[in-house]
Amino acid sequence: MSFDIEHIAALARLKLAPDEKTRLAEQVGTILAHIDKLNKLDTDDVEPTAHVLGLSNVFRDDEASEQSLADHNPISDSPAHDKGHYEVPKII
Amino acid sequence: MHRSTITQARELLRQKKISAAQLTEAVFARIDQVEDKVQAFVHLTREQALRQARDADARIAAGEDAPLLGIPIALKDLICTAGSRTTCASKILDQFVSPYDATVVEKLRRAGAVIVGKTNMDEFAMGSSNENSYHHPTMNPWSLSRVPGGSSGGSSAAVAAHECMAALGSDTGGSIRQPASFCGVTGLKPTYGRVSRFGLVAFASSLDQIGTLTKTVADAAVLMNVIGGKDPRDSTAADVALPDFTQALRKDVGGMKLGVPKEYFIGGGIHPEVERAVQEGIRTLESLGMQTVEVSLPHLDYAVATYYVIACAEASTNLSRYDGVKYGYRADKSDTLAHMYENTREGFGDEVKRRIILGTFVLSSGYYDAYYLKGQKVRTLIKQDFENAFGRCDVIAAPVAPYPAFKLGEKLDDPLQMYLADVYTISANLAGIPAMSIPCGFAAAENLPVGLQLMGKHFDEAGLITVGHKFQQATDFHSQQPPL
Repeated sequence: MSFDIEHIAALARLKLAPDEKTRLAEQVGTILAHIDKLNKLDTDDVEPTAHVLGLSNVFRDDEASEQSLADHNPISDSPAHDKGHYEVPKII
Repeated sequence: MHRSTITQARELLRQKKISAAQLTEAVFARIDQVEDKVQAFVHLTREQALRQARDADARIAAGEDAPLLGIPIALKDLICTAGSRTTCASKILDQFVSPYDATVVEKLRRAGAVIVGKTNMDEFAMGSSNENSYHHPTMNPWSLSRVPGGSSGGSSAAVAAHECMAALGSDTGGSIRQPASFCGVTGLKPTYGRVSRFGLVAFASSLDQIGTLTKTVADAAVLMNVIGGKDPRDSTAADVALPDFTQALRKDVGGMKLGVPKEYFIGGGIHPEVERAVQEGIRTLESLGMQTVEVSLPHLDYAVATYYVIACAEASTNLSRYDGVKYGYRADKSDTLAHMYENTREGFGDEVKRRIILGTFVLSSGYYDAYYLKGQKVRTLIKQDFENAFGRCDVIAAPVAPYPAFKLGEKLDDPLQMYLADVYTISANLAGIPAMSIPCGFAAAENLPVGLQLMGKHFDEAGLITVGHKFQQATDFHSQQPPL
């Protein structure tokens, strides 16, 4: 098991201070060592459980629902928006 | 007045011996008296509550009778309430105002409830002590130097301190039952899918469930009647008939089988005073006519490992939405979008970062099968353990937590030890079954409450309510008062 804290933090878009990096790498390493006990179990013939109730897709008719938030403009929840658009720093 | 249960208060309101406004004022007077010490709330909605109480009085005067009409209730601060803040005890959502009510909140309002305020919690419901709150810690009403448990610690402390008549919390790995045990109140985590999660801020979507913190099992039955049921806005809220849970209060336990899982009492990790109280609780249930049978849940030892793989994987995915663009906190002064994401996400606390890192790792390329898929397979084995056990019994009895409430700061430095203490509660989430904590005694030295856990078959909250209510009719642990 190779655990590269720099790589994982980058994937998670987390900027970690050097001392945070050391501490988190050590703590997560300890937790992963505990998790390794799962390998003691033979699960070759076991189906994975993603959902306990075994629900399949739940569909409804493709009609506007009275319960939609039609009267709320979600862009207004943004910390920075202008003329009905989200404002963000430059992308490229 | 503030000490009454929902059932008692509703009776007084029906008989017009008190008004809803008087009841809400009494609860706020109690809050003014003890909240400085307990700090259960993140914010109070006093003005709105008094308005809702006056509305309730008008409804009562018009002859209406709704199950929670005029009853002051608190909400864990990850349940959305339209027009007021829902912070998740995080810097990231500190100023977030929910644009809509959660389904459970709509249902509470329709049933006449008065919303007192939003309660403190571990940030994004990650933690077992409430010490991971961005706002402040919450103190255990039984001993102010101790934690109330978590993550629904604010809700359990508020109920124990009579700062509300009942509260809603959420339970992903024990977050209702463990604080209920620590604070000496009744905590019910319903079956996964029994209660809509629409408007509940997501932590781990295949495990999260909204439930109740109340002074009695009878009150939990009243609340479950209100909040349960399918919901077109949450496709995982199951289309299963909702029984009248108050009917379960009138049933007898004679002939019911109580499973005692041997694995929960071996290994020496359990505090002797907790074990004593739980064993005495089991004997009380036997004396009430239940027949005990030994059952086995052989994969208990793998539950913590399985849980932290699945819960962290789902959390890392759910929390990727906090990018500073659409709502919530945004760090200023970033040159590029990528920097803005990183600078904004510095707003997460330590525990949340730890779980995002762990979850991102177990889902990352090359490790998915070894960790996430493996975890999902072991989850199947844990679920099968319960199916086998419930072939032999109706309800399972077990401890909730290995020890009573610990001191603030005592366990902060060792996350793995904190995680391992969730061992008795997380299996119910992995299997999706309902589970409840009821007070069953006190750890002698410092008189700290201890909870007994009852676990049931899928959608059999009624069975837990029957057994829990009979237990509370025969004992008085639930009616003892913290020294506040």
